Amino acid sequence: MLEELEALNDEARAELVEVADSEALRTWELAYIGRNGQVTGMLRRVGDLPPAQRPAFGQRANEVKNALQAAYGEREQAIKAAELAERLAAGALDVSLPGRPVLTGGLHPTTRMLRRFYEIWADMGFQVYRSRDVEDDMHNFELLNFPPHHPARDMQDTFFTTEKDVILRTHTSPGQIRAMREYYPEPIRVILPGMCYRHEQITARSEVQFNQVEGLAVGRNIRMTDLKGTIAEFARRMYGSDRQVRFRASYFPFTEPSMEVDVSCILCDGAGCRVCKYTGWLEIAGSGMVHPNVLRNGGYDPAVYTGFAFGMGPERMIMQKHGIEDIRYFWGNDLRFLQQF
Amino acid sequence: MRVPISWLKDYVDITLPIPELAERLTLAGLEVGKIEYYGVPSGDSSDGHLVWDREKIKIGAIVEVKPHPDADRLTIAMVDYGGDALEPCVNGAPNLYPYKGQGRLDPPLKAVIAFEGAELYDGHKDDGSRMVLKARKLRGIENRSMVCSEKELGLSDSHEGIIILDPNAPVGAPAQDVLGDIVLDIELTPNLARCWGIVPIAREVAALTGQRVRYPSDACVMEGPPIEGQAYLKIEEPALNPRFTLTLIKDVEIKPSPYWMQRRLVLAGMRAINNMVDATNYVMLETGQPIHAFDYDILVERAKRVGDVVPTIITRTARPGETIETLDEVHRELDDFTVMVCDTAGVLSIGGIIGGAESEVYDASTYTLDAHGVEYDAERGKADARPRGTTNILLEVASWNFINLRKTLAAQRDRGKEVNSEAGQRLSRGVHPELALLANKRAIEMMRRLGGGTIAQGCIDHYPAPPPVAEVDLPLEFVNRLSGITLASGEVVNLLTALEFECDLRNGGTVIHVVTPPHRLDIDPHDPATARADLVEEVLRIYGYDKIPNTLIVDELPPQRSNVALEREERVRDVLVQAGLREVVSYRLTTPEREALLTPPGAASSWPDAPYVVLANPTSSDKVAMRQTLLSGLMDIAAANLRSVDRAAIFEVGQVFLKTGEPLPDEPPRLGILLVGPRDLPAWMDQNAPESMDFYDLKGVVETMAQALHLPDVTYTPAAHGTFRPGRTASLNVAGASVGVFGEVHPLVSRAYGVPEDATVLAAEFDLAAIQNHMADDRFRVEPISRYAALYQDIAVVVDAGAPAADVQAEIVQAGAPLLREARLFDVYQGEQIEPGKKSLAYALTFRSDTQTLTDKAVAKMQQKVIKALEKKFDAKLRV
Ligand SMILES: [Zn+2]
Repeated sequence: MLEELEALNDEARAELVEVADSEALRTWELAYIGRNGQVTGMLRRVGDLPPAQRPAFGQRANEVKNALQAAYGEREQAIKAAELAERLAAGALDVSLPGRPVLTGGLHPTTRMLRRFYEIWADMGFQVYRSRDVEDDMHNFELLNFPPHHPARDMQDTFFTTEKDVILRTHTSPGQIRAMREYYPEPIRVILPGMCYRHEQITARSEVQFNQVEGLAVGRNIRMTDLKGTIAEFARRMYGSDRQVRFRASYFPFTEPSMEVDVSCILCDGAGCRVCKYTGWLEIAGSGMVHPNVLRNGGYDPAVYTGFAFGMGPERMIMQKHGIEDIRYFWGNDLRFLQQF
Repeated sequence: MRVPISWLKDYVDITLPIPELAERLTLAGLEVGKIEYYGVPSGDSSDGHLVWDREKIKIGAIVEVKPHPDADRLTIAMVDYGGDALEPCVNGAPNLYPYKGQGRLDPPLKAVIAFEGAELYDGHKDDGSRMVLKARKLRGIENRSMVCSEKELGLSDSHEGIIILDPNAPVGAPAQDVLGDIVLDIELTPNLARCWGIVPIAREVAALTGQRVRYPSDACVMEGPPIEGQAYLKIEEPALNPRFTLTLIKDVEIKPSPYWMQRRLVLAGMRAINNMVDATNYVMLETGQPIHAFDYDILVERAKRVGDVVPTIITRTARPGETIETLDEVHRELDDFTVMVCDTAGVLSIGGIIGGAESEVYDASTYTLDAHGVEYDAERGKADARPRGTTNILLEVASWNFINLRKTLAAQRDRGKEVNSEAGQRLSRGVHPELALLANKRAIEMMRRLGGGTIAQGCIDHYPAPPPVAEVDLPLEFVNRLSGITLASGEVVNLLTALEFECDLRNGGTVIHVVTPPHRLDIDPHDPATARADLVEEVLRIYGYDKIPNTLIVDELPPQRSNVALEREERVRDVLVQAGLREVVSYRLTTPEREALLTPPGAASSWPDAPYVVLANPTSSDKVAMRQTLLSGLMDIAAANLRSVDRAAIFEVGQVFLKTGEPLPDEPPRLGILLVGPRDLPAWMDQNAPESMDFYDLKGVVETMAQALHLPDVTYTPAAHGTFRPGRTASLNVAGASVGVFGEVHPLVSRAYGVPEDATVLAAEFDLAAIQNHMADDRFRVEPISRYAALYQDIAVVVDAGAPAADVQAEIVQAGAPLLREARLFDVYQGEQIEPGKKSLAYALTFRSDTQTLTDKAVAKMQQKVIKALEKKFDAKLRV
């Protein structure tokens, strides 16, 4: 019977090598080492042997069964791994197919730019002050040192309304007067964002409405070098740390002295390109020291207080940054434009 | 303004390369927009302009014009160019015909001759293309050169004939040295009106480069009988006409100006007309002072008409009903502030702005002389009482109150009769009265030199109202405090002196006493605070803004306040973006008619009846008034986008404008939302196209917003609004009051805006201020999360179809409290198995305690309580 056992062992081992999947493995298990398997059956038949042979046979039969069980375990693991690998391989996807589209929202590019302004200026102690779109001549012009019929008014193409002396603000500067009158005698550091209007034909380069962000600082010791340094700081935050800033003399009725502020071109780094018209500089702000009359009109004595003011155009800055050549995109609200931001 | 460098050099030495000079001027506020090169190199060969070859393009003398043996229209110019032999030059220039076959010319005609190999513009093409001159036969005659027109040299578009230079042009010189030039195109801001002339620019250049100005001379050869007795002058309104000067020249000949003058005028942007007009324009361009010429004989004639002998010029304001026909053939009504130049017979011209048609100097060559810079054709048979040939001219150079001129120009413009005159433009920006006499003498002497004749001795110069001289004490401390840099008083004095301010140090050198030079009106003579700021600007302009360092503010920091309205507005934007919406910003200008499309035809409007803020001067017919709603703009944006995409989920935040009784309107902020198109984007893995959004998509957005903003006590109630579809309109109520309506836009409204018929538009407009007021500040309470497991139960109840789901929900929540934590409606059903007139509402209920694990028994009890309550209130039946 021992020979029979050894033959069975050999047979079982040979068959196990051939077993290729879980089903065949189960069949093998039932055939040999299951409750009714042949090896188990031989163990059960140990009583048929003469007692003297029983211990040796029993020991050997247990050895065989344990060894077969271990082999079964190994085989089972190998087959499961192979089957899993096969199943996973069968589930391969064409990863080049497009993903499921995700619906997203987004802010208008102008809002994004305005928030950038709020953030940078807030870090320098400038708070947001907003005022009305429809203004009176007094706040938009006279208190800002534009007397009636003054040549400076030619610089501001104005929308008039049918109400006498009521206009659409041409800049956010009326807010300078309103802020000064509200905060006197405190020192002031505010930015004044908002929609402004100019009597123009709408073209790729000019719009009837546009946002402006003005800044105003008033105090007992506000200097022109502060204006330049503060705008330089802004330019570095907005465009990167290697920006250069320069002043050019200019003219605005509500500042004296008045300067344009240029920043070294953000696209060509000053080498000259189409956007900067080959000058290497981009105009980013009109600015100046607050005119004594404007300080006075705001309630501040020009003998004691000085101040600076500047104005920037967020849409222009977005255009420069992203190479946009048509200003009409902003209020055109074509989703194909807006979704690019 | 255009500044030819050759002209500028008459008054100041140019010590910097032109691009550097342009940069300095720009930094000093005289922005050089463009540098134009004519024939000379720029130092940057990449700009591609035509440089005249010094060896191949020269000045020549045409000593004879021979006929071409085989062609009537061609001549052969024999040109002496400084070489060994005369160069025969075949050409077709019409202005050489008169000299054809005349033999040796004395004096010869000076011209520009180009030889083979020279690059020139192609005179026969209008596209700016160039050619290289080649030797070739012209009708049988070998030719290797060309006499040039202005067009061929790129000087102008003129190709009528060749350039004929003045007799003193040096033969053999490179054309570059004689005709080459550079023009700076400078943009002047209003405060730099004083710089609108070549001499004033020279003054700035001198100050910026440390040079001295060579001022033009006012010397005049006055040899005729004195002007006193030949004309009289009376100024009635000195405040409006502070100075008036007259000179008189007799027997002057009108003819073309010399080439050098024509050339300068053209480079400076004017046309050459004849020597008299050109003289006035030239002096105007030089000094900045406009000049006006009267035909003296006509003035005498007019005087005689009213019984006088000698003309009397009177300046006064217009009388009631007075009118004038100006030489642009416009009949003009006048205002009581308009200052007129008159004589005893009536009005002659509008002072400083435009001449009358009657008294202008007549020119036999068809142009009327008008130094106001207005040209017109004079074939109108006016005063020709005087023999032709020579003319007598009374020259007016006057100063005017520029604000009054601006009022006059504005009044004419408002009548639709805008005046476009060079004089008006210049004088209305401010020209210092000090210039008048100098300009008059320059111009009359120029006329004499160009046209002969005799100048009457003396000038009539009435100067009743010299402008106040600004004289101010400038503390050094102020200069340094305002600028932030540290200058010594001597430096400040030097910088101001360079601009001709007179300075002396006072108070031990701490104060600079400054007297403004007599060509400037821009330093405030009345307000020392303003004048000091004006002077600091002058100091820094010349010092160089590029030398100003950067500092950070050291001044006291103002009290910091938050801007709650802005913060909350931005929060609303963020919440809507998180809900998948895209922000738009539309024009705040619209038309009442456009917004009226929000009300279906024939229906009553649900919009407030406030008057619009209406523009008095709109630039386009679709933008005439300020908007009263955001919805109209959103509808337009949706309609426009639906032409290229099929979905829009957008919102806008911004003011609308409602007129009240006050001059300034209310500007309440609003929030508008619009959804249209499929709920999802189409995807390849989906079998069916996504469904269209409906009322509940918008409701979901509104609910999400209300929740995210922590709005208190939010309810939704049915609403009626003309813009929206009946039965699909709701009011969003916060704390008991409506903050606006939302719903499905009425199909007739959608159609009116051009939205495709099959698209359902959902829209909302809310009062943003109300929402902002109700938004919780950032201290809202956060609920703890229970450690105990929740139990879930579904129930379905049958209620009347008309019972609002929100009421049923409220009852469930109330009855289930406090263990019922959530009741989520997951099904609404009507149809088979449900009695007609009823509906089934199915809820997923979540029960949870914060203090213990709930038992099934406790939950069953709560559920019973809920069902009981529903039975009682809605006669509800539990559906099993
Ligand atoms: Zn660039």
